[in-house]
Amino acid sequence: MLNIKGLEKRFNIGTPNEIQVFNGLDLNFEKNKCTAIIGPNGCGKSTLMNLIAGTLMVDNGTIELNGKTISNLKEEDRSEFIGRVHQNPSMGVSPSLTILENMALADKKNNKFSLKFLVNKKNIDRYKELVAQLDLGLENLMNTKVKFLSGGQRQSLSLIMASMKHPDLILLDEHTAALDPKTSHVVMTKTKELIDKYEMTGIMISHNMRDAIKYSDRVIMLDKGIVVLDKPSIALTEEDLNNIYIDRLDKAIAV
Amino acid sequence: MNGLIMTSIEQGLIFAVLAMGVFITNKVLNIADLSVEGSFPFGAFIFAKFLLMGVNPVIATILAFAFGTLAGLLTATLFTKFKINALLSGILTMNILYSVNLRINNAANVPLSGQRTIFDFGPKLLILLAIVIVVKLLLDLFLKTEVGYLLVATGDNESLVKSLGQKSDNYKILGLMLSNGLIALSGALMAQYNGYVDASMGKATLVIALAAIIIGDTFMKNSSFLKNTTRAIIGAIAYKLIGGFAIDLGLHPNDLSAINATIVIVFLLYNNFFPNIMGKLNKKGGRDYA
Ligand SMILES: Nc1ncnc2c1ncn2[C@@H]1O[C@H](COP(=O)(O)OP(=O)(O)O)[C@@H](O)[C@H]1O
Ligand SMILES: [Mg+2]
Repeated sequence: MLNIKGLEKRFNIGTPNEIQVFNGLDLNFEKNKCTAIIGPNGCGKSTLMNLIAGTLMVDNGTIELNGKTISNLKEEDRSEFIGRVHQNPSMGVSPSLTILENMALADKKNNKFSLKFLVNKKNIDRYKELVAQLDLGLENLMNTKVKFLSGGQRQSLSLIMASMKHPDLILLDEHTAALDPKTSHVVMTKTKELIDKYEMTGIMISHNMRDAIKYSDRVIMLDKGIVVLDKPSIALTEEDLNNIYIDRLDKAIAV
Repeated sequence: MNGLIMTSIEQGLIFAVLAMGVFITNKVLNIADLSVEGSFPFGAFIFAKFLLMGVNPVIATILAFAFGTLAGLLTATLFTKFKINALLSGILTMNILYSVNLRINNAANVPLSGQRTIFDFGPKLLILLAIVIVVKLLLDLFLKTEVGYLLVATGDNESLVKSLGQKSDNYKILGLMLSNGLIALSGALMAQYNGYVDASMGKATLVIALAAIIIGDTFMKNSSFLKNTTRAIIGAIAYKLIGGFAIDLGLHPNDLSAINATIVIVFLLYNNFFPNIMGKLNKKGGRDYA
């Protein structure tokens, strides 16, 4: 359960470019559900993710995860409960390391790093199994540097790495936007599967309405930092969709 | 062996330690640390100080490394804690070290003639080779550890390191300390090799280290077999040989500085514009720097 109360965030405070992204946003996310967040460019979706993950700190308000206030914690201290996949496929991996090395790093998440060798042969089969479920052939590329992988392969690896330790919350910031439709489908299906299997709470930003509805339990639409629509995905009516397309998203999803 | 080649290889080995130090910040962490020209003589002055106090030269050399890490800690503190940008942090440390260096022995020039050095134990070439191999192996091993990989990941993608629940700043501090320790060690070796310590001995060391790294990168460019530390060593020796030959061919030593920079430019041009000149069609790997 993620509870956001009275969230306020401004940028460039005290300059002519000052901008208020959130002015007292309240939002609750249910456990083990996946919520899609949609809304026009610049409405604050990524900022919301950054505030939850701790990449940015709130100006005011609190964020609680399972009853524990996390909004005063640093990003690295929140990571114990949070996994994240970014829009940019390079953000979730270490590109100059191999798949194997990246997996071994992710496997040590929130543990103490010591002077032991990182890659332990015992674990290789387990890592291979984890990436094999993507059906992208990554299990045969374990010793390939991640920078040589395609965006889709990298993003899939990021997803596996972010979910490997079964965090309570997984944040997906347009994580398939940079992928071709086919790979995007593979990654989305896998995302949904992992969220269910590991019983994670998912928050997914999407620019693609069809994906948002298909892969989530609930759709929230933000506009200028305010919730303007909040419904279970299955309850979205033709009228809702038309309104979304015509009123708000037409510019943003001209694709 | 021809005396010139011998000297070039020996000095190349000393600079190999320097290059491996700079490699940690420049290539692993992706931080441009400009304090090199202060930390290199700092190691030499510290060595001289302890040696003249009667400390065993081996221990004095190790102490130079230890004090060098403190120079790195200063840069790292300015950079990570005071949020001064990396370039400026390095320059500030360098300027502080210029003064510190003169204070250590209260002299800008300390002769070491007649003093014991690590070269009393055997041929210079062998001793330097042994040191370089030990440093290289330890560094390679370290980079295979959990902490070592976090250093690489910090240079690669800081947000990943934070998402692993780790403080990336700590790894920058560690890397800068290790790097400056090796640079100071290299300075201590040069002091013993030359038989004196001089306040100006750090001059051009940064460009030499970068040249070594860049030449090393160019060497068998598409081979994934060569480790970066090996490349730095090969680069440092090759660099010294090139410079040695240039002087042998009649180059005036006063022109050396410009030639140094020119070598760097030539190899960078080669790296940037002729990535596949060796006929390999592999995708260009590695981060670019320049
Ligand atoms: N770090 C930042 N500094 C200044 N302004 C920012 C920053 N991050 C986001 N913004 C601004 O906040 C608003 C919301 O941005 P963002 O959350 O990225 O929107 P979205 O992800 O919905 O497209 C935009 O106007 C953007 O320019
Ligand atoms: Mg965004």
